[in-house]
Amino acid sequence: MIESPSGFWGPVVWIIAAIVALLIAYFIQRRGEKAYKKGVQSETFLMGNPKLSEGETHIKAHNIYWGFFEGLKKYYVPTIAAHTGIINDHLIWFIAGIAVVVIILFVTGGI
Amino acid sequence: MVALITHSPILIIAIPLVAAFLTPLIGMASKKARNALVIVSLAFVAFLVIILARDISINGIHIYTLGATSPELTLPGGAMVPIRIILEVDAMSIFMGIIWATVSLAAAIFSLSHMAGETGQNRFYTLLLLMVTGGFGMMFTGDLFNLFVFLEIASISGAALIAFRTRFADAVEGGFKYIVISAVAGLIFLFGVGLLYAQYNSLNIGFLANAMQYSTLDIIALTLFLMSLTIKTGMVPLHMWYPDSYTVAPANITAMLVITSHACMYAVFRICFSLYGGVLDASVVGWIIVIIGLLTMFVGVTMAVFQTDVMRFMSYHAISQMGYMWLGVGVGLAVLGNPALDTYGRDAISGGIFHILNHAMYKPLLFMTAGALFHRTGTRDLNKMGGLGHNMKFTLILYIIGTLSIAGIPPLNGFASKFLIYESVYQFNPVLAVVAMLVSIITLASFTKAFQSAFTGPQLPEYKDVKEVPKPMLIGMGILAAAIIFTSIFPGLVVEHIVNPATDALINQAAYVNGIMGGGMP
Amino acid sequence: MMEHIPLNFPFLAAALLVGVSFYILIFKRNLIKLIMGIGMLASGVNLFLVALGYRAGGNAPIYTDVPEGPMVLPVPQALTLTSIVINVAVLALMLTMVILIYRHTGSLDSEKSRKMKG
Repeated sequence: MIESPSGFWGPVVWIIAAIVALLIAYFIQRRGEKAYKKGVQSETFLMGNPKLSEGETHIKAHNIYWGFFEGLKKYYVPTIAAHTGIINDHLIWFIAGIAVVVIILFVTGGI
Repeated sequence: MVALITHSPILIIAIPLVAAFLTPLIGMASKKARNALVIVSLAFVAFLVIILARDISINGIHIYTLGATSPELTLPGGAMVPIRIILEVDAMSIFMGIIWATVSLAAAIFSLSHMAGETGQNRFYTLLLLMVTGGFGMMFTGDLFNLFVFLEIASISGAALIAFRTRFADAVEGGFKYIVISAVAGLIFLFGVGLLYAQYNSLNIGFLANAMQYSTLDIIALTLFLMSLTIKTGMVPLHMWYPDSYTVAPANITAMLVITSHACMYAVFRICFSLYGGVLDASVVGWIIVIIGLLTMFVGVTMAVFQTDVMRFMSYHAISQMGYMWLGVGVGLAVLGNPALDTYGRDAISGGIFHILNHAMYKPLLFMTAGALFHRTGTRDLNKMGGLGHNMKFTLILYIIGTLSIAGIPPLNGFASKFLIYESVYQFNPVLAVVAMLVSIITLASFTKAFQSAFTGPQLPEYKDVKEVPKPMLIGMGILAAAIIFTSIFPGLVVEHIVNPATDALINQAAYVNGIMGGGMP
Repeated sequence: MMEHIPLNFPFLAAALLVGVSFYILIFKRNLIKLIMGIGMLASGVNLFLVALGYRAGGNAPIYTDVPEGPMVLPVPQALTLTSIVINVAVLALMLTMVILIYRHTGSLDSEKSRKMKG
């Protein structure tokens, strides 16, 4: 158990509480519908659409968070353009970083 | 046994070095003997690190002077200046040493089967042991020029290991970028060391901390040290070479390179807290590090959501998690010398250091699962994978453990360290804690995306006969997963015995200096 | 201030070398020229290290048959030797990688030979 300035965290208590909650959920589920047929009633409901092959129903990685990227386009387009991959640009950032930190330290140090 | 403990710092550095040069000789005779030599030497080094850690927790700082008549004789004959190279191991150094010993052992076991089809394996194991030497040297040294030498040893062997599979064009390009950045950073670091030597005529960190007056040249030296070490840890905006290099390396080498960048972060803390500790303009440098941490977290994770190459995706997450460590320790540095240090500064530094430990356990695990995916499917592109969870069940479970840990979901250990960071950083400035939580949510989102692309879904026809990965790879990943589960269930033990002594050793500059300057004997 | 320039001449030369090498690293696209720039940066830092050990009128720091007078500092000379050796290894490794990059991509330009970005 670790202490922090405004609280504590004890994982053993959390795990016991989680196990109790899962047990309660399991017992509620056991009292459910007894006439359930596994397999037939859990097929995908396609509503008259043609059944696609396995490879075509899997959403590829780049299409998953499309809305997130569209919404943040103003942030993403300049940032991705800045990651050029040219080694000279990496060194420009390095030397500019040294200059900026030196200026900050001198201005606030008052020398 | 007592002699073993006394000489353990130099043995920990020397045994991988000697084993590195014996490996090609023994490898010419028999491959099994060479594999046994690598695993046995790394296991023995791990044993030495554990007994040294126990000794430090009982007896305090452990000094080792190379070449003196007795190991603690730093000021022989009543001299005023410490001579000879001195290794100074305090609680923070041995904390990093424990991490490095565990991860390098797991990575070496992983590479027994991951690199089994490659040619030139003798050179691979030689370079791996040289990188282990470089890492331990960086963590245990008490001397600035020694830090430079071991930094370069680790960089050269790391770059050669990244470019090891020369049949891939992007592997060689990644290695080239790594060695150019490391060479320029090392030379700028050496320039800073020269500036300090010119003023104070000594290279020893303890002696310099005593003699330091904060003149103009010292400010320039501090900037050069900070920038050259932080570019190697991948802080934004100097991070753009980092994913290019860490994507194309073999997966277990990337795991070890992450710990090498942690060692560079350790060197920054050593310079800020122990070398410049009393004279530093603490609030300015602390705020610079806090802003660095915020930028790193945010840019790292938003670029990570965008990636489709699984190793590149994990490299951006490595950048983002380093931001948490900068944030925690930066807040602690900003309140150094204030009474606020006792209320929340110490817990902020503890949170940052605990996050180093947790990151060093789950990030190599995640990189190794990505390596397992590459080993079996031959591609790193998430657009091509799908439904692999049906075949690779153990990799699936290990990936889930890693994901829950990095996203900070209770009860795993990522939550414990993020909890400490949130609660203490909130009292410094609430905006910081809000940004940190936002980044944590986006982390979980991006890992769910990779999980859905690679593991779930229907089984694709081209991956029908993909099998589970071989046993050495599972054992390597299992060591790290066992460490994660142990730290999750008993975080109190870990924080009290490993992390809090490290925090106290960092804040307590006087004890560090006393170890060197008080070690004189007639 | 002008009378201090002859004394400070090695430091000015080291600063000039480092400055020219920064110019090369930023603006030159050819990978071989980039490696030459890193070699020049190494020369600048090594010159700085040796120059800071000089004491006016000093002799070489060797004890055998040394004439009277001050000696220059020996420690920066040891640092410089170590740094020269490390830079030889680094330059050799970089040249090997450039050869392999040329074989794979057929170009030595830092923009045309890159395969990863974003």
